[in-house]
Amino acid sequence: MKKDIILCGVGGQGILSIATIIGEAATEAGINLKQAEVHGMSQRGGDVQSNLRLSTENIYSDLIPQGGADVVISMEPMESLRYLPYLSKTGTIVTSSKPFVNIPNYPDEAALMAELDSMPSVVKLDIESVAKDTGNVRGANMVLLGMAAPFIEILTVEQLRKAISVIFARKGDAIVEANLKAFDAGVAASKQ
Amino acid sequence: MKQLLLGDEAIALGAINAGLSGVYAYPGTPSTEITEFIQNNKVAQERGIHSRWCTNEKTAMEAALGMSYAGKRALVCMKHVGMNVCADAFVNSAITGVNGGLIVLAADDPSMHSSQNEQDSRFYGKFALIPIFEPSNQQEAYDMVASAFELSESMKVPVLLRIVTRLAHSRAAVEVGELNGQNPLNPSTDQWVLLPGIARKKYVDLLGKQAEFVKASEASSYNKKEGARGKEQGATMGIIACGIAYNYVKENVSDKADILKVSQYPLSPEVIKAFAAEHDTILVVEDGQPVVEETIAGMIGADYPIKGRLTGDLPRTGELTPDCVAKALGLPAGPAFENAKNLAGRPPQLCQGCGHRDVYTALNQVLAEYPDYRVFGDIGCYTLGALPPFKSLSSCVDMGASITMAKGAADAGLFPAVAIIGDSTFTHSGMTGLLDAVNDKSNITVVISDNLTTGMTGGQDSAGTNKFEAICLGLGVEPEHVRVVVPLPKNMPEITRILKEEIEYNGVSVIIPRRECIQTAARHAREKRK
Repeated sequence: MKKDIILCGVGGQGILSIATIIGEAATEAGINLKQAEVHGMSQRGGDVQSNLRLSTENIYSDLIPQGGADVVISMEPMESLRYLPYLSKTGTIVTSSKPFVNIPNYPDEAALMAELDSMPSVVKLDIESVAKDTGNVRGANMVLLGMAAPFIEILTVEQLRKAISVIFARKGDAIVEANLKAFDAGVAASKQ
Repeated sequence: MKQLLLGDEAIALGAINAGLSGVYAYPGTPSTEITEFIQNNKVAQERGIHSRWCTNEKTAMEAALGMSYAGKRALVCMKHVGMNVCADAFVNSAITGVNGGLIVLAADDPSMHSSQNEQDSRFYGKFALIPIFEPSNQQEAYDMVASAFELSESMKVPVLLRIVTRLAHSRAAVEVGELNGQNPLNPSTDQWVLLPGIARKKYVDLLGKQAEFVKASEASSYNKKEGARGKEQGATMGIIACGIAYNYVKENVSDKADILKVSQYPLSPEVIKAFAAEHDTILVVEDGQPVVEETIAGMIGADYPIKGRLTGDLPRTGELTPDCVAKALGLPAGPAFENAKNLAGRPPQLCQGCGHRDVYTALNQVLAEYPDYRVFGDIGCYTLGALPPFKSLSSCVDMGASITMAKGAADAGLFPAVAIIGDSTFTHSGMTGLLDAVNDKSNITVVISDNLTTGMTGGQDSAGTNKFEAICLGLGVEPEHVRVVVPLPKNMPEITRILKEEIEYNGVSVIIPRRECIQTAARHAREKRK
């Protein structure tokens, strides 16, 4: 079994934390993993992405081939569309529905949403509001991970939960709980 | 034990475990994390492994060579263009030879994710006539460090370890070995004085070692032949896969494909000739420039059909992808969605609240009064001042070029000629150019935008912090023309007045807008709270 995931968003939105948690869960489960990240200049408010490959078999390429991604997980709706050529025809887009507009030529929002909705499999949600509702304004990325969790399949929701506890453990129990709560809200929203 | 490591981290841990005594480096994407890992590693701290940042790649290379002279294992790390900066020391280190193992790590950036060019460091290895290692994955990156140190010590030459962005910044599980002891202090007793008479002899010695380097490549466990059916069994095309390219090939072909995996150089002419004889054509898959493609043409003849980047079977520019390699292998593209319609580019930009923003706002305001001004830029976050909304820069070439290009343009009569350079870039390569300008009394205005850090690579210490006024005065800039301002919107009247005064001064002036990078300021505040 393999799962190829593209994580994307805008520099500073916290996609690398999502990658770290999936990486921890995969390592703990003994699943092979390769994760190509973006560092350096592109982190300054520009588009960022990470190729995350999980498999029970040997993984060669660090990069996902076109048409190969099972899931695109995006912190921003337009950014989720940037990687369409990489999405499998049977793949799913899991994305925040709220545009992050830091460029003058951001596309028309209605047209953008219509294009997103025209895709075969899309789950979108205002993750920032959900995070706020759980009392964790900085937990939007954990809400997103929760939404995506049922589509990652190669890892269970419980394995991802455990990884969140491990990764945030050094920041204290309160932070762990807040992130788990955001994650659970995402999982619940995904099932609706 | 297996650990999830970036390629950079695998190299760092491999070096520590191989008995490293010092890493010498200047930050540069995608190599920075190697030195950072060593700085934060507990064993490295306990052992007192040197890991402080150097002023530039040349000082790093020379210090590493000095540590090798003293008998200990040293690693020098840089991004590919850093090889240009340290080239003098690098090429000559092959002539002096080494004592303790010396690895020169070059992290190439095909596709220029964070760079000005995509030069291939394997050319430098060939140029200096030394062995090169090129890992295909994170595990090999870890293992090769120990192998490279051993080869360096047995052959008495520096060894080049070449990686690319996709390996440097990709994570995978790595089987980590045990910690080994460090070399004792044991200064070389060999002749290292490269006077012409000695250098000629040592150069002949280096040439004499070439056959041994080839033998080492032939015996290397990192190089192997797979499939090996040959054309008699229907495998008419042989694939030479170098470094990380091996993964893109394996992603696409079955286990039966005939592959010659190359991860250690120099290439063996015998192995290449035999591989060519077994097939009708060869496809060379290599990330970066067509180094192997060109080299093997000289081994197997111009008539032998070789496919690769030079023939257009693979793109001439940019990093390899599983898709372009599939195409070169003649495989059909699978079903995929078209590009989205509602999409706009999202280039990186200066952070909100960054002091560089205030500097450009002030510069643009003052320079608008002059019909023919030019601002010569340099390398750092502030290069983003070339993009909207500022569009302030006319050039960005290499580390330090802002000052010297402004000087040359001023010599030609251009006015105002303004240079903008960051604090870390100034100490890296700007100081010598400023001395030239002072000696010539060139009519230039130099802005050293000092954010107290090396910002673009993630906030590493900057070599000149707290020393800039003293450096400028020491180089001979007149005290009344070294001006310090605080780049904040509320100070705009003062900053623009001073800029105007110094542009009008016919000579060298230096303006230092100084305010801490907001990213490192936030980090320092977090650290203080703990």
